Amino acid sequence: MRLRSSHLLGIDGMEPDEISLILETAEGFAEIGTREIKKVPTLRGKTVINFFVENSTRTRSSFELAEKRLSADALNFSASTSSFSKGETLLDTLQNLEAMSPDFIVMRHSQPGAPHFLARHANCSIVNAGDGAHEHPTQALLDAYTIRQSKGGFDGLKVTILGDILNSRVARSNVYLLTTMGAQVTVCGPPTLLPFAIERLGCRVTHEIDKALAGADVVMCLRIQRERMESGAFPSLREYAALFGVNARRFELAEKDAIVMHPGPMNRGVEITSDVADGERSVILDQVTNGVAVRMAVLYLLTGETSEAAA
Amino acid sequence: MARRKSARLMDDAAFATALRRIAHEILENKIGTQELAIVGIRTRGVPIAERLAGAIEEISGTRPQVGILDINLYRDDLSLIADHPVLRKTEIPFDVDATGLVLVDDVLFTGRTIRAALDALMDLGRPAWVQLAVLVDRGHREVPIKADYVGKNIPTSREQRVDVRIQETDGRDEVVVVDGTSGEPER
Repeated sequence: MRLRSSHLLGIDGMEPDEISLILETAEGFAEIGTREIKKVPTLRGKTVINFFVENSTRTRSSFELAEKRLSADALNFSASTSSFSKGETLLDTLQNLEAMSPDFIVMRHSQPGAPHFLARHANCSIVNAGDGAHEHPTQALLDAYTIRQSKGGFDGLKVTILGDILNSRVARSNVYLLTTMGAQVTVCGPPTLLPFAIERLGCRVTHEIDKALAGADVVMCLRIQRERMESGAFPSLREYAALFGVNARRFELAEKDAIVMHPGPMNRGVEITSDVADGERSVILDQVTNGVAVRMAVLYLLTGETSEAAA
Repeated sequence: MARRKSARLMDDAAFATALRRIAHEILENKIGTQELAIVGIRTRGVPIAERLAGAIEEISGTRPQVGILDINLYRDDLSLIADHPVLRKTEIPFDVDATGLVLVDDVLFTGRTIRAALDALMDLGRPAWVQLAVLVDRGHREVPIKADYVGKNIPTSREQRVDVRIQETDGRDEVVVVDGTSGEPER
């Protein structure tokens, strides 16, 4: 059993057995994070370039840690130090990076489809670490891993995703993944922050948070970016918090054993209150821990595929 | 297509006898006063390790702890094989430091699995000593590794395949040697 592609560009188009394979493999890697020596020699001699054209701290650190725990050599290449500011095209940059013979390029870019474009030209494996408002596959995979950890599976599970769905790649990847795995997904947010025809992806849409939360097994809050307020998507953070924020009282509407998730960074008191974020049913920090194991699993599984292409 | 010739070289009685003998030998050879633990290599080393622990308990009255080792991350052929074996959890529920470990696998062949297992064990701590017990030694070593306890020595040719079937995973206990397979070689 292996992944069908030598790249991880998005969840869209992935089969349930591929998703399950990544999640099961990640379990083996999670154990390594609990050891005194948190390192295995698996990717020794492999080179990974973390090519981040858009700022990121936690995703990049998580990938970097995953690479180091697998004994790969990691090189960070970020927008501020890159030659983009000097006018180099994306394809030229790729060719320059590839001239250093990496085995993987992990990339984040503000343009949706940028990793897909590079994958058509690259000889190494491309891992999408977020492309605009399109996809963020490893985030969806780590969310799925975290959900499976506390819920055991996905079939018939009620998952509610709250907040800025329009600008969220996390939401899109999660909707693809969770619906593929048989969960019932509801997205909820102000009409200005919900993309047109999102229900075509197979999820339910509501603008009322109480309806969205009722009976949910998993509540996923997304970050509200202050810039959106300035662009007029909603009048004030206070009003957003009043209408769409998750607080302890509202969280009561969800199932008794519901969990609450957030991809971070959180705006405490806006999309989620501290009592919920720090509460017993919050798995927000587990998501961060699991992120490293899931990314290790992705790199490990993609290695096999590359070698097959060479054989 | 002609049916491949196969020979059944161990049955359930032979299994039980071999494991009982190995259990006796382990207790006899036990070095020092350290805690003894059995570590099975996934997949078939695991039920064998459990049974060995049971046999040791019957003789000595104390059951050694049993751990499970997945060696896939330590293999030397990962970049050569496309279909990675599914990685499973390593579960060592005891402190490896200063413990005497008996590593258990079903078949000893090239020795590369054991090389990987030793590396994996050393990453978990510093055992007092490590010994190796295998149900079948079929020869053809590619690295300098030797088992301390062998259930049965079965001289084979490289083209043959040794199938170990175990009650827990395959419904019965037996060792079968199959002739001239072109399939994947045993590790």
